[in-house]
Amino acid sequence: MGASATIAAPGWRDTWKHVRYVATDNPVTLGAFALFGFFLLLALFGPWIAPYDPLMSDTTVALKPPSAAHWFGTDSLGRDILSRIIVAAQLDFGIAVSAVFASFFLGSALGCLAGFYGGWADRIIGRIADTIMAFPLFVLAMGIVAALGNSVANIILATAIINLPFYIRVSRAEVNVRRNAGYVEAARLAGNSDARILALHLFPNVLPPMMVQISLNMGWAILNAAGLSFIGLGVRPPQAEWGIMVAEGATYIISGEWWIALFPGATLMLVVFTFNLLGDGLRDILDPRTRT
Amino acid sequence: MLKMILRRLAGAIPNIVGVVIVTFLLTRALPGDPAAYFAGPSATTEAIEQIRAQLGLDKSLPHQFVLYLKELASGDLGNSLSTGQPVLAEIRTRLPASLELTLCGLVLACVTAIPLGVLAATRPGSWIDHLCRMLATAGVSLPTFFTGLLLAYVCYFLLGISPSPVGRLDVSFPAPATVTGLYLVDSLIARDMETFRAAAAQLILPAATLGLFVMAPLMRMTRASMLGVLSSDFIRTARASGLSGTKVLYTYAFRNALLPIVTTLGMVFSFLLGSNVLVEKVFAWPGIGSYVIEALVSSDYAPVQGFVLTMALVYVMLNLAIDVMYGVIDPRVGIEG
Repeated sequence: MGASATIAAPGWRDTWKHVRYVATDNPVTLGAFALFGFFLLLALFGPWIAPYDPLMSDTTVALKPPSAAHWFGTDSLGRDILSRIIVAAQLDFGIAVSAVFASFFLGSALGCLAGFYGGWADRIIGRIADTIMAFPLFVLAMGIVAALGNSVANIILATAIINLPFYIRVSRAEVNVRRNAGYVEAARLAGNSDARILALHLFPNVLPPMMVQISLNMGWAILNAAGLSFIGLGVRPPQAEWGIMVAEGATYIISGEWWIALFPGATLMLVVFTFNLLGDGLRDILDPRTRT
Repeated sequence: MLKMILRRLAGAIPNIVGVVIVTFLLTRALPGDPAAYFAGPSATTEAIEQIRAQLGLDKSLPHQFVLYLKELASGDLGNSLSTGQPVLAEIRTRLPASLELTLCGLVLACVTAIPLGVLAATRPGSWIDHLCRMLATAGVSLPTFFTGLLLAYVCYFLLGISPSPVGRLDVSFPAPATVTGLYLVDSLIARDMETFRAAAAQLILPAATLGLFVMAPLMRMTRASMLGVLSSDFIRTARASGLSGTKVLYTYAFRNALLPIVTTLGMVFSFLLGSNVLVEKVFAWPGIGSYVIEALVSSDYAPVQGFVLTMALVYVMLNLAIDVMYGVIDPRVGIEG
């Protein structure tokens, strides 16, 4: 990944055309876009779509398998699982989007500085990235959340930190190969400041590989957040979140009540799968040589 | 060779220093007053003060860091709040269980992913190639804790082909005499095939769960790197010289394709060690992952810190081993490096 030296950022006026091309070139990618749109709708309008109140418990219908009234069944407190899954989309997407964008902005800023100035800046920033990468990433996230306190904000922070190195590396590599390019010299001679050159001339080159990274990372961020909630960090019951719902269903699956864990788990899987397909589709189109 | 290993060792030192500094900072970042935290909720003011002095929290940050290093050097990771036991002893007894699980997961992933990747690379565009690609994308999308549950449900509840998915060994079997701490190896040493079979039966589901998750990156990398090597000139020359297909594939292409695969192992280990915690929780596996989850639930910080440090050190060591392996597979690396 990352060696996409020949790709220029698309002009803004072509953006729409390009998006359409990206979406329709491969039927799998198109399907992924459709699914993504569907999940986005759930995340945005979940509370209005959900047929029941996700927190309302009704012990008379506890532990009921899927039926016409409750499509995905009910959990041990009689809460409707479908409604909980729909409402949870907002929280899971929210965590992933905030975390990925935080690491995108911070990571590309640091990476650009390291790639542009080299020397000490490069060494220090490189060392930070290496130190983060010296940990198994999920373990580091656990440590951070445990140390800073058990809250959703800290899950976002931890997920952002463990993703940071990838963004630093991609943007550093992209800026580094171009810092002495002709157009950069020209911009400098024309009197542009370093900051302006970085922001307007170099940074746009980082965007195409970053889009792929963001899409692949989003799925990973959701997995991470759900994994942290599964072991009891971050989101707390009774709030609906896919990881917690799987954890709640875990004790029942051995005695045969499969639907409590299955539906939230399958949703989680489908969402991550969608993001990974999207990332692959984007990469195929933006940089066909790295296709695997 | 020895010189190269020493140089790699020296190269790992900055990482170890970084790991130690970060774990130190994480303890200092505890919300609220760490002394009150370590003293427990029912402690008096004097007790808190005493603990503050005991922990060295009344000293300056650099001074505290030196104290922390001294404790580490003497192997003191603190005591668990809930059990009062030293963390190091607990981690030491539980680590083999985690390592056994992780290594079996890795082996399972390697023996399935690498042949599949080679197969896909030799037939690009075929149905097997597309299937591998789909499998690879699906594999990285699997939440390990969910796959584990699903496997347990299908194999234990529905089919009844696996034992109750709890722990390392069925209660009716005594644990084999400890030599390595790995039940599979220990039961073989004791020539106890019954126990070996029972331990393997308990191990297969969690190991498969881990393996499924890390299969994807391995398979992708194998395919990509085999494709790259197979299209290179020396393969064409070997083919033109009339060497047999298998000889070209395994002696010439595969050995060269191994390098990028070995490099991916670093990332694979990061995934493995991380998802290990989740899988241990699902299968009630008595490794350090379940230990840390128990500690997290009771807000017991010393085990968490010890766990993060241990995992990071294990990971640094594994990366070191990968580096050395890299030199063995490709002697050119040693000369350049």
